Amino acid sequence: MEFFDLFREDRWPHMFCPGCGIGTVMNCFHRAFAETGLDQDRTVFVSGIGCSSRIIGYIRADSIHTTHGRALAVATGIKLANPDLNVVVFSGDGDIGAIGGNHFINAARRNVDMSVFCINNFIYGMTGGQASTTTPHKSYSTTTPYGNKEYPFDLSELAVTAGANYVARWTVRNVKELTASMQKAMQKKGFSFVEIASPCPTSFGRRNRMADPKQMFEWLKIISVKREKSQAWGLDQLDLNLGGQITVGEFVERNRAPFGMIA
Amino acid sequence: MQGNEACVEAAIYAGLRFYAGYPITPSTEVGEGLAARLPEEGGVFIQMEDEIASISAIIGASWTGAKSMTATSGPGFSLMQESIGYASMTETPLVIVDAMRGGPSTGLPTMPAQGDVMQARYGSHGDYPIIALAASTVQDMFDLTIRAFNLTEKYRVPVILLSDAEVGHMRGKFTVPTSIEVIDRAIRTDKVWHDGFAYDESLVPKFPVFGSGSRVHVTGLSHDVAGYPSNDPEVHEDLVRRLNGKLTKHEGDICRVDIIRPNSRRMLVTYGSPALAAHEVLRSDPETGMVNLKTIWPFPERLLRQAISGTEDVVVVEMNLGQAYREVERVACNEVCKKTRLLSKVGGEVTTPSEIVKFLGKGG
Repeated sequence: MEFFDLFREDRWPHMFCPGCGIGTVMNCFHRAFAETGLDQDRTVFVSGIGCSSRIIGYIRADSIHTTHGRALAVATGIKLANPDLNVVVFSGDGDIGAIGGNHFINAARRNVDMSVFCINNFIYGMTGGQASTTTPHKSYSTTTPYGNKEYPFDLSELAVTAGANYVARWTVRNVKELTASMQKAMQKKGFSFVEIASPCPTSFGRRNRMADPKQMFEWLKIISVKREKSQAWGLDQLDLNLGGQITVGEFVERNRAPFGMIA
Repeated sequence: MQGNEACVEAAIYAGLRFYAGYPITPSTEVGEGLAARLPEEGGVFIQMEDEIASISAIIGASWTGAKSMTATSGPGFSLMQESIGYASMTETPLVIVDAMRGGPSTGLPTMPAQGDVMQARYGSHGDYPIIALAASTVQDMFDLTIRAFNLTEKYRVPVILLSDAEVGHMRGKFTVPTSIEVIDRAIRTDKVWHDGFAYDESLVPKFPVFGSGSRVHVTGLSHDVAGYPSNDPEVHEDLVRRLNGKLTKHEGDICRVDIIRPNSRRMLVTYGSPALAAHEVLRSDPETGMVNLKTIWPFPERLLRQAISGTEDVVVVEMNLGQAYREVERVACNEVCKKTRLLSKVGGEVTTPSEIVKFLGKGG
């Protein structure tokens, strides 16, 4: 499958900023989707609001760009009304961790068969850099000018706890692992969640001494630790960024019967 | 059968395939009924985590071609408003039953009111089209549920069926007509590449079903006929004018009122459960006529104007502080300014015939 077999060439060039991680995610997704052999015309792409949600507008398939936070609820309706369709959601930390947090934990609990790719850039990028529920403690943003007083959510741990069948987290540096996880997520029955830590030099980096995309990539390298090599199994394992570390890897792989498939 | 139960049977008759909802008094029997009935008919019922999720799920289901619906009451209806605007913008067919209860806020959960009339029209942001029907009886709950599906399928505008705690819980007989027209949306089956929202003189685009190879892009952003987002002022204006133009163009088909003794010296204008009391008053008052607004949005201006032409005393009877009243006043004053009065009632009890008689006696 060529790149523009999957993406809408007539909508190129895309709107993402230089140094954004979304281009890498789209590339990895292209490879992963081709590997699955899924039928493009039997796959529906769903998103909410934010930078990551604009991906689906570039995909040459049925796609629905919904309201802020509601992608998973819309995706649930699509999958249950027509279980023969494959459902893929692109979302961000705003949609998943804040305004749509309730839909996130309940979709994982219901274990509806869908794949959710959450691009976590630690910030509200499209609105110009406000703190999100994944902004690291003490980081600066337009709404945390004195440093973030709050602690971030660990979205992957939430998905595991709520009942997802497959959960993995990678940074955009881990292209091979990310591609393999995206493929696995789409082939897995039930709710699959892949969190992708991604740089936003424009809105996050600029205010945190990482305005150059290279610095953000370097930061992701320094703070991410593979799960099997993680030195701090306790707190850091559970808490993204709390101990200054992002644990990457596959967190769960199980086969709970998806919603609607209980005998 | 209860009004809410009649709604369940009508929805199934109309071809409902997908229901998502969240429990809320006094609409709950609609969801409970469909939880049992829909699986028997091969449809899907799901209880979502809140009303926002419920309307979002039926939007998704509708794009797979399934007739979809939810039911709620005032507080849940408020939560749905953003997505009602989204459904209107994306031309997603769906039906919302709003069993009105006393408000504001949690208000009187078990008692009837008509406080959501303006919320039904203007609850979401922006200039958007909406259709709202109002039910007075158990028979209406059956007939208007089917009509709600027919209108949403035909015009791709969300349809709200306004009932209330009285109509929803009222027990009564109803007749199922021997033949009822059931309309399905016009489907587009060709490959859609650059004109997913192309329309003809009806102003209603044909519906490309997800999974049929249409490759359509749907967005709540302002979009061109391809469905692609656009900031172009002309594209936005064309879209907003066309969306709203669907109602103007088809007003004759959408608007329905029941009229008894049109153009009487005095006319009662009412809708929903107070229409029963108004009807009772007319039995002993041959000088008075009534208009029951079965379609409340778009406001049936033309039909109402005809019905009250020559009338000297127009009395609006509704269970709120005056929501349809301003609309009636506007229509009544449009040509010759008539005396328009409001019999308003809040408190959670249904307007009675004697209250209407007493009010009429006060003058006019």
